Amino acid sequence: MRQTVAALLAKELALELRTREAVPAMVLFSITTYVVFHFGLDRDRLTGDLAAGVLWVTLLFAAILGINRLFVADHEQGGFDGFLLAPVDRTALLVAKVIALFSFLCVVEVVAVPAFAVLLLGPGLMQAMPALLLVLVAANAGIAVVGTLVAALAIQTRARDLIVPLLALPLLIPAVLAAARTTTPLLAEGGAAALSGDWLAVLALYDLLFALIAYAVFDFLLED
Amino acid sequence: MTGALMVATVAAIVSDDHAPPLARGRRLASAPMPANDHAVVLRGAGRRYGERAALRDVSLELPAGQTLVVFGPNGAGKTTLLRMLATLLRPHAGEVHVLGRPLPDDGYAVRGRIGFLGHEPLLYRELSGRENLRFHARLHRRPRARVEEVLDAVGMSARADDPIAELSRGMVQRLAIARTVLHEPELLLLDEPLAHLDPAAATQVQRLIGRASGRTRVVTSHDPAGGLEGADLALGLRGGRVALLAPASTVTAAQITELYA
Amino acid sequence: MLVFFYAPLDADQGFVQKIFYLHVPMAIVALCGFVAGGAMGIMHLRTRDQSWDLRSYVTIHISVILAVGVLVTGSIWARASWGHWWVWDEPMLVSFLIVFLLYATYWPLRFSIEDKEKQSRYASVFAIVAGAFVPLNFAAVRMAEQFTHPQTGATVGGGMPPKFALTFAVAFIGMTCLFVTLCKYEMASKHATFRLRALKRKLAGDDDALAVGSRSAAPQL
Repeated sequence: MRQTVAALLAKELALELRTREAVPAMVLFSITTYVVFHFGLDRDRLTGDLAAGVLWVTLLFAAILGINRLFVADHEQGGFDGFLLAPVDRTALLVAKVIALFSFLCVVEVVAVPAFAVLLLGPGLMQAMPALLLVLVAANAGIAVVGTLVAALAIQTRARDLIVPLLALPLLIPAVLAAARTTTPLLAEGGAAALSGDWLAVLALYDLLFALIAYAVFDFLLED
Repeated sequence: MTGALMVATVAAIVSDDHAPPLARGRRLASAPMPANDHAVVLRGAGRRYGERAALRDVSLELPAGQTLVVFGPNGAGKTTLLRMLATLLRPHAGEVHVLGRPLPDDGYAVRGRIGFLGHEPLLYRELSGRENLRFHARLHRRPRARVEEVLDAVGMSARADDPIAELSRGMVQRLAIARTVLHEPELLLLDEPLAHLDPAAATQVQRLIGRASGRTRVVTSHDPAGGLEGADLALGLRGGRVALLAPASTVTAAQITELYA
Repeated sequence: MLVFFYAPLDADQGFVQKIFYLHVPMAIVALCGFVAGGAMGIMHLRTRDQSWDLRSYVTIHISVILAVGVLVTGSIWARASWGHWWVWDEPMLVSFLIVFLLYATYWPLRFSIEDKEKQSRYASVFAIVAGAFVPLNFAAVRMAEQFTHPQTGATVGGGMPPKFALTFAVAFIGMTCLFVTLCKYEMASKHATFRLRALKRKLAGDDDALAVGSRSAAPQL
């Protein structure tokens, strides 16, 4: 299983490095969205819950871009058949794709979060740092799992680009909610306060629940 | 707390969902095997597409090491039959046994022993031939050296590092053939394997996928004479049903042409 | 059955309270309906029996209709109580908005997959994911509101005097009966359609006859 995941993951990363499609687009999209928010909200500096909200909404929509592209290469170039013909555990594809999407999100955030700090954030980012990383990782995990599941559902439909946001956004609302609420004290006006343990627990629960469900149902999406 | 209860419920449901054998693949052989030396056995096999029957009541037996050639007009069900034998489609009716195992239950057990060549080359266009084949080698647990071996056998060693998108269709077909035989399958399922190949290339790959390879083969063809020549058993499909099934030596090219009428 | 339904309307506590007897049972039944739809999805995947997919489809369909009812009655209640057509601090209302938006995608999803078996399978996966999502979503939204508006937790349920509680219980049972009846009705109607179609096909002579032709979001047996 691990070998299969490794092989699939290597292929995913090789493809992304070669084509450079998804990640740069997600980064550019994030930065553009910050600009849009600046004009939409007519604010120069954001703090607290508004800052957390803008950050997470932007990351959410950038993630949708990535989710849309996740299975496209496999679907169009016969990758599914190639994988289905191999004597491997099919859940490996789920694991590999989740890890890939998670990695893409992390890479995007390496640029998008500092950009946010530069463009829109009032208080400094440094104080919030270790805690913010924790929230980012936890939220990315949830987005990656749900995103992969939705992408797999949508890839077989005729209106993939439409179905993905329609499915992913409601499903991700609790994750974004929890992430934003956890981040709010970190971006507070007077300097970072301690992060909210309750909301972090909700995020963890969300991740766990959907990871279990995804693991259980994924094979049924690949059959036939 | 409620959270723990939810997780427990899901875990309970999930552990039941691990049952599907196709998914888990840890089931041992179930049904007793039919005639041991038959590589492919179909009895009344059928496959629907929506309300239309793509395959209907197809029965045949193919002994190991022999070649079955499948003729039929477009839409007759040739590709469906091949994909069903490849475990990519589950049969909706009847029985299908491949390499002694029933499908779809034991699909997991036979997948690694089947080589499938369809219309699509199943190669990622942005990656090179070598990278694609190495990927498949890892999936099938074959060593890297094997990749070089097949690249050499199809004559693509020189252009193996060019992205698939830059290669001609004939070269892509050669790489697809390489992919098909990479894991040394016992059963070859070939959908018009010589399409896009020039005569020299066609001769070169015969060693791998032709009669000389000694493997059990199911081949679709639009060439009556050539197809019959390389086969032991001939199957003619029409509208998803068996229109003709006889040893290849007893079938004339004219009969095949009638199928397309 | 309808008698049960009308009984709550007699409890005279003012117009606003009457909405409550409609709104809350509707919400509870709809929530259970969504989760049940998910459970039926699990059964469909395990047994590959199309009838489970039909049950799941119908259950979700009726639940969505109830969800719309929840949103409408909730909105009326909000208008009457607080003067706005929409309030964000009612966790029930907000949760249902999210759930409605999610399940509204069920039909485009089904419609856009042509192969019937695949359609049923994917719909079941959706039903399972969404069904698990519903309670989690409700809990998360409720938690969010509790932190911002601690006092609103008391509006629903919790410590009702016996007179109201009885009316509420009756309303709840009535709503459940309504739900089950609607489900049975829709399933019967679908079964009849299938039988009619099958007969038509037999009359035409051959199952291979040109497919019914229309893509549809409804499951078929």
